[in-house]
Amino acid sequence: MKAKFNRIQKILGNVVMVRAEGVSYGELALIRSKEGESLSEVIRIEKEEVSLQVFAGSAGIGTHDEVEFLGSGMKVPFSAHLVGRIFDGKGTPRDGGPALTDQLIEVGGPCLNPVTRLLPSKMIHTHIPMIDLFNSLVEAQKISIFSSSGEPHNEVMARIALQAEVDLIVLGGMGLRYDDYLFFKEQLEESGALSRSILFIHTAQNPVVEALKVPDLCLAVAENFALQGKRVLCLLTDMTNFCDALKEVSIIMEQIPANRGYPGDLYSQLAKRYEKAAAFDGAGSVTLLSVTTMPGGDVTHPVPDNTGYITEGQYYLNKGRIEPFGSLSRLKQLVNKHTRQDHRAIMDVMIQLYAKSQETMEKRSMGFRMSEWDQRLLAYGEAFEAELMSLKLDLTLEKALDHSWALLARFFNQEETGLQSELVQRFWPMPAAKQG
Amino acid sequence: MNQTQGRVTGINANLVKVEFAGAVRQNEIAYLHQGKNRLKSEVIRIQGNQAEMQVFEDTRGLQVGDRASFTGELLSVELGPGLLGQIFDGLQNPLEVLAAKKGLFTPKGFEVPKLDQKKRWDYTPVAEMGQRLKGGQALGAVPEMAFVHQIFVPYSWQGAWELVWVARAGAYSLKEPIARLKNSQGQEREAFLSFSWPVKRPIQAFKQRLRPTEPMITQIRLIDCFFPVAKGGTYCIPGPFGAGKTVLQQLTSRYAGVDVVLIAACGERANEVVETIKEFPLLKDPKRGTSLMERTIIICNTSSMPVAARESSVYTAVTLAEHYRQMGLDVLLLADSTSRWAQALRERSGRLEEIPGEEAFPAYLESVIAAFYERAGRVELENDQTGSVTIGGTVSPAGGNFEEPVTKATLKVVGAFHALSRERSDARKFPAIHPLESWTRYQGILPGSEREEILSLLRRAQVVEEMMKVVGEEGTSLEDFILYLKGEFFEQVFLQQNAFDLVDAATSQERQIYGIQLAQEVLQAKFAFQTKDPARSLFHRLRQAFVDYNSTPWEKEKIEPLVERIGGLIDEGVGNEGEI
Repeated sequence: MKAKFNRIQKILGNVVMVRAEGVSYGELALIRSKEGESLSEVIRIEKEEVSLQVFAGSAGIGTHDEVEFLGSGMKVPFSAHLVGRIFDGKGTPRDGGPALTDQLIEVGGPCLNPVTRLLPSKMIHTHIPMIDLFNSLVEAQKISIFSSSGEPHNEVMARIALQAEVDLIVLGGMGLRYDDYLFFKEQLEESGALSRSILFIHTAQNPVVEALKVPDLCLAVAENFALQGKRVLCLLTDMTNFCDALKEVSIIMEQIPANRGYPGDLYSQLAKRYEKAAAFDGAGSVTLLSVTTMPGGDVTHPVPDNTGYITEGQYYLNKGRIEPFGSLSRLKQLVNKHTRQDHRAIMDVMIQLYAKSQETMEKRSMGFRMSEWDQRLLAYGEAFEAELMSLKLDLTLEKALDHSWALLARFFNQEETGLQSELVQRFWPMPAAKQG
Repeated sequence: MNQTQGRVTGINANLVKVEFAGAVRQNEIAYLHQGKNRLKSEVIRIQGNQAEMQVFEDTRGLQVGDRASFTGELLSVELGPGLLGQIFDGLQNPLEVLAAKKGLFTPKGFEVPKLDQKKRWDYTPVAEMGQRLKGGQALGAVPEMAFVHQIFVPYSWQGAWELVWVARAGAYSLKEPIARLKNSQGQEREAFLSFSWPVKRPIQAFKQRLRPTEPMITQIRLIDCFFPVAKGGTYCIPGPFGAGKTVLQQLTSRYAGVDVVLIAACGERANEVVETIKEFPLLKDPKRGTSLMERTIIICNTSSMPVAARESSVYTAVTLAEHYRQMGLDVLLLADSTSRWAQALRERSGRLEEIPGEEAFPAYLESVIAAFYERAGRVELENDQTGSVTIGGTVSPAGGNFEEPVTKATLKVVGAFHALSRERSDARKFPAIHPLESWTRYQGILPGSEREEILSLLRRAQVVEEMMKVVGEEGTSLEDFILYLKGEFFEQVFLQQNAFDLVDAATSQERQIYGIQLAQEVLQAKFAFQTKDPARSLFHRLRQAFVDYNSTPWEKEKIEPLVERIGGLIDEGVGNEGEI
């Protein structure tokens, strides 16, 4: 039964309060105004007063407009016809194709029972050494690219998406610049990957609140394809816009802000989405790669901070390169023990030495005389940046590992690396030509 | 019994308002009836005939006018055999049973018995007819995994009870009575193998609390030698994300020298729990040699599970820990992460529209944290045995800044502080515990003077390192430079451990003491170098030899050649005047 009411009492920002009965928490409602229909969701009930969050914003809504409750929460059609299609943040087609109404599924479904999860163990090869070698991407991982304005995070994301061996790509855009939307579309079209992609795109010109449903829509679709056995890569860009939309709504609802205006449940809200990344027993998996732009490049800002605690690792994007430092993702450690015997050890040593070369660079910039050891560290640092850090590289893991040993041998002798003798004996390139 | 009933009048996320008729208790459990689903909730505020409830489930679909039924019971756990090796959610629902019944996802409004009601346990009575017992005194025992699970008179029974009937030794399920007792008022009650206890009330059935003095060996060198934790003590591990909190907790849960380990995965990633679940059955308990899972209980309320249950999960865990302590066992509770628990309190407080304290945390945050850590302790039981609960909590400070409310409140009440540093983890130092910022109030395996001596050397080495950044290597005296190399050496070969090397990941107490002595030979050696480069080169070789020593199994014939190699290098450095 669809109940209709027309007693709108308050309009505050994007939230409309209406007197109604028999309404369920989380239910959707349509508001019919002169401007047309707009979709909204019940976010609070206090006796007969129902608060509705209007996705398209409240502009033009009048006190006597009709509110029709739809009897259920947000749903998304789920069928094979979704593949290759582009939708907006409400789930309506953006590509001029027909609207899909078959097989509706609930978004934001129940939480996976932790004991039924499989342990992520398969590495996704991207052929980017900074990822494969130093921060491996793992199937069913949730990981975020920590970036700042002006960095090529969307390019990196697109490249990973196109090179990764997955069955299906679900891309969710929140507050995306129109140019970036076109960029993704072109990249997917050119490479032929659009035929295995589903896009839910909210651009910067759409009402802010509409961004709120994008992750849920993407993840509901991704999860259901994964349950059918597909390996799904879900891309969400940019989660900071999602958080800002949350902030906006919570402030209108007069919630006490916790940190810089963000609501106290920011962590739980993010976790609810990110935790959808999972490997299913006897079925497929959802891998979640997101972009989090750090306002002002500040990693302690609540959005990157909370994201960092939730995700399993980060890629720090800085000056167009992925930094080798950063999180000790537990997952990475689970997969790189199965790649090659030397993977873990060499990864650590390369980074320790690179960290030292960075320190030495600081010393040099302060005008200190460089010892012979310092000179070698500096030369190593430069070579490391050019031959392993560049995002233009396209190397298999095997080749990247071999190249790492070659770099070490070029600048250091065996003791200086601090590697276990057993590994050195096996992998040290012969002849040990020092100082190339 | 006449149950109080009510109707839902307001819904705001997991906070629901209910108008009731009758009597209602604070923290009482009530069920909200949404169609066929029964949503479990807890009373957290009462005003007139309106109760505010936090709901342990997703409230979508709930309507104003839905029926609420109050149970009169507080949020409780069931204590009895069958806890070990289990994985529960924050309300003690066994997750594996749920998965077997309901599949991949956690169902809404569905409960199963907390402990297996059908399984029969081999019961042997110890108390005799006519004996007068208090709550918490043993009636008998059943074997559970590698332990003897004692069956107590329920902790909640007040006064003395005379045993008037005792079941014969044999196999009983949790539903069958095993004793009948009578109190001085003539009231008779039956006792079973299990009973329930409210999670927010500490179990007090012991003679007295003792000072925690005996160190708990974690097999992590940096902790055992420099920042030890005592059995019955408390410690906290604050650190920014990616600094290795969870890895540290996982290693501790594996290697700690205690009887029972409780892992409270509170608001953290589910995959980490999965790792524990998959790996523990394959690993050996370092104390008993049985499967590691047999000494472990996991309370798992991961970040996407309902927030309200996250708040109760740490209490569920500590209550189970206290129960095993009552059997004279040493129990370790690892809570990862207490910040998520504090955030759950904050979310709730915000919805209740309470006046916020710092960073919107409730004003009572400190007292809640203090009360939780106070449930740790070493106690002398009624039967003169001792048992202990050690609590180790991780803290995830916002922005990695230790000046935030949860870290500050925790530091006030714990006995040891393991400060994780992002700087150290970025430099791939594991464990990333900062040796100069951490502290402890407990005595470890190393004599205090020796510990102080080494820490002082590290401190001086750090001063030299800082100086070198300003005056450069050429402006540093050779003596200072050697001091710096010694500090760096000790750091790399003793304080750091390779968590993924089977040998190096865990170092026994005996080997730690041996290793310290070996390292001390280097630290105390009077090296006679002429210039800095040969000094650096020798220390590189020393480090190499020591790294090899660290990853070599603890067998005499394998260790000896390496010790000789290290000795040879020291000799070379001490007597190499004029050489190289």
